[in-house]
Amino acid sequence: MSGVVTGRAEGRAGGRAALPVSRLRAADIWPLALLGLVSRPARAALSAVGVALGIATMVAVLGVASSSQAQLVAQIDALGTNLLTVAPGQSFGGQTVTLPPSAPAMVARVGPVIGAAAIGDVNAQVYRNDRISPANTNAITVYSADAGLLRTLQGQLARGRFLNAATARYPAVVLGADAAAALGIDRTGVQVWLGNRWFGVVGIMRRLPLAPELDRTALIGDPVAQRLLHATAAPVQIYVRANPASIAAVAAVLPATADPAAPQNVSVADPITALTARADASVAFQEQFLALGAVALLVGGIGIANVMVIAVLERRGEIGLRRALGARRLHVAVQFAGEATLLAGCGGVAGAVLGGFTTTVYAAARHWDAVVPVPVLLAAAGVALLVGAVAGLYPALRAARLVPAEALRL
Amino acid sequence: MNGTVFDSTASALELIGVSKVHPGPVAALRSVSVTIGTGEFTAIVGPSGSGKSTMLAIAGTLERPTSGSVRVAGLVVDGLPDRALSGVRAGRIGFVFQQFFLIPTLTALDNVATGLLYRGVPAAQRRRAAADALAEVGLSGRAGHRPAELSGGECQRVAIARALAGRPAVILADEPTGSLDSAASAGILTLLAELNSRGATILVVTHNPEIAGAASRVIRLRDGRIKQDSEAS
Repeated sequence: MSGVVTGRAEGRAGGRAALPVSRLRAADIWPLALLGLVSRPARAALSAVGVALGIATMVAVLGVASSSQAQLVAQIDALGTNLLTVAPGQSFGGQTVTLPPSAPAMVARVGPVIGAAAIGDVNAQVYRNDRISPANTNAITVYSADAGLLRTLQGQLARGRFLNAATARYPAVVLGADAAAALGIDRTGVQVWLGNRWFGVVGIMRRLPLAPELDRTALIGDPVAQRLLHATAAPVQIYVRANPASIAAVAAVLPATADPAAPQNVSVADPITALTARADASVAFQEQFLALGAVALLVGGIGIANVMVIAVLERRGEIGLRRALGARRLHVAVQFAGEATLLAGCGGVAGAVLGGFTTTVYAAARHWDAVVPVPVLLAAAGVALLVGAVAGLYPALRAARLVPAEALRL
Repeated sequence: MNGTVFDSTASALELIGVSKVHPGPVAALRSVSVTIGTGEFTAIVGPSGSGKSTMLAIAGTLERPTSGSVRVAGLVVDGLPDRALSGVRAGRIGFVFQQFFLIPTLTALDNVATGLLYRGVPAAQRRRAAADALAEVGLSGRAGHRPAELSGGECQRVAIARALAGRPAVILADEPTGSLDSAASAGILTLLAELNSRGATILVVTHNPEIAGAASRVIRLRDGRIKQDSEAS
């Protein structure tokens, strides 16, 4: 009788001969694990759905976050990191203060400042026409603006032109992207009811990433604001573009430059910092979705454990047979744990594909470049396999503990 | 045979004073001693509850006796750990069951090859041995069929080939014709006799008087004791 598998030497009969051992080759484990899935494909697919959804959620969330961050970095690079804003702060007593009307001109005179443009408060509301109820303001703010504002912000127009020296003197208005949408205006040449007068829409801006606060505004020229609407010409915000190398130095001198009499009342901000903070906030928001994905994974894992426990009950005969054919408890456990792991692995792959697809669609809808980091995909596969292995542990132990004679009903 | 604890010159199977008491206490087997020599075709018969199946399970190392000693091909298996008993089953014992226990998603050939899975034999070698075993039971032409495409008699032939594939010291069969009609039963009976004539050691537990008649030795059990042994030693 050849082909007897020998194992570790253990003195029993004869003192030096080896006890018989049963062996399962590593190469046979995965075909064995696959067997159970193949026999019940629909059940296998359904029980992998939970893990697939969990993994898909996580991959999509991380993919969208990565795409968004990549987009933001590109955006910041494109817009430059050399923008500062100057605004009136609060006085020591807590009252709101204003900047002197001369502040924009003073700021523009600082050496490294490349450009400065201000917006000023205008006490008026804008409506689609004169029949709209005055209460229905659409939360649009009207500001007066310098002609150089758009260039300083590196903003772009969706339609028409920005204010210039000529249109600034007449009832002409440029609308922010959200303001135009709220008013239902998508072209120039129409009129809006602003401060109880008709103003002609000469331009509609695209969104301003560095100054999102201007997206819901209507901008008119300083001269027309002062002449027709009795505006004070006090700037509420000055946008300053400076030499990137000197940005800190410029920030330091801006308060005293803008309001030499009360520099402590001037607040200088860096919109890039705000942009970065916004990105951080959106990551915090994503953590909730990640938690949601983790819950789906947990439920998916429990589902797999459940299905595997049922499989062990159904396949008592097969388990008994395998033990009779020489399988050790470990071999039976490995088969069922492997089956659960494979099941979750398939779910993980499906989930990663789904998550990547979701990211691509989402990014395409926002005109971003889709970014799904490879480490995220590898981690997703690892997490799925881990979930399967853990889920398979209990069913595997139950299978291994079956008494062969009882499983075979001998 | 170097390096193994099996003795090819020993009896295929020896039970010495084997008793099995289930908690109750109900004695399923009472001090049964029997030696199955290599090349024998033995039938164990007896009414339900006489201890036939318990005796088969103990002989096949699937159950441990309460007392007494069991030797498989010369190796005393008493007190061996579960992993070593698994090794004994993988290397020395072939099982045939009333319900066949074929795996429905596998072809006949792969079902037979499963008989060698736990010996650590590479897949290609398993399939070659399986093809030989299938030929021996006359089912070479059905190698690619799945159990659902086979008749009951053919399924049992596949199961017998699976037990045969590892060339065990003894084939233990539990009611091998219990699920078959009389024609298929006769076919299985002829096959077992044929395999025995080619050297296989076979121990069958059965109600079927025809199998008992074909066996070279008949052991009658009653209430856990050997009542009659046609070849009393």
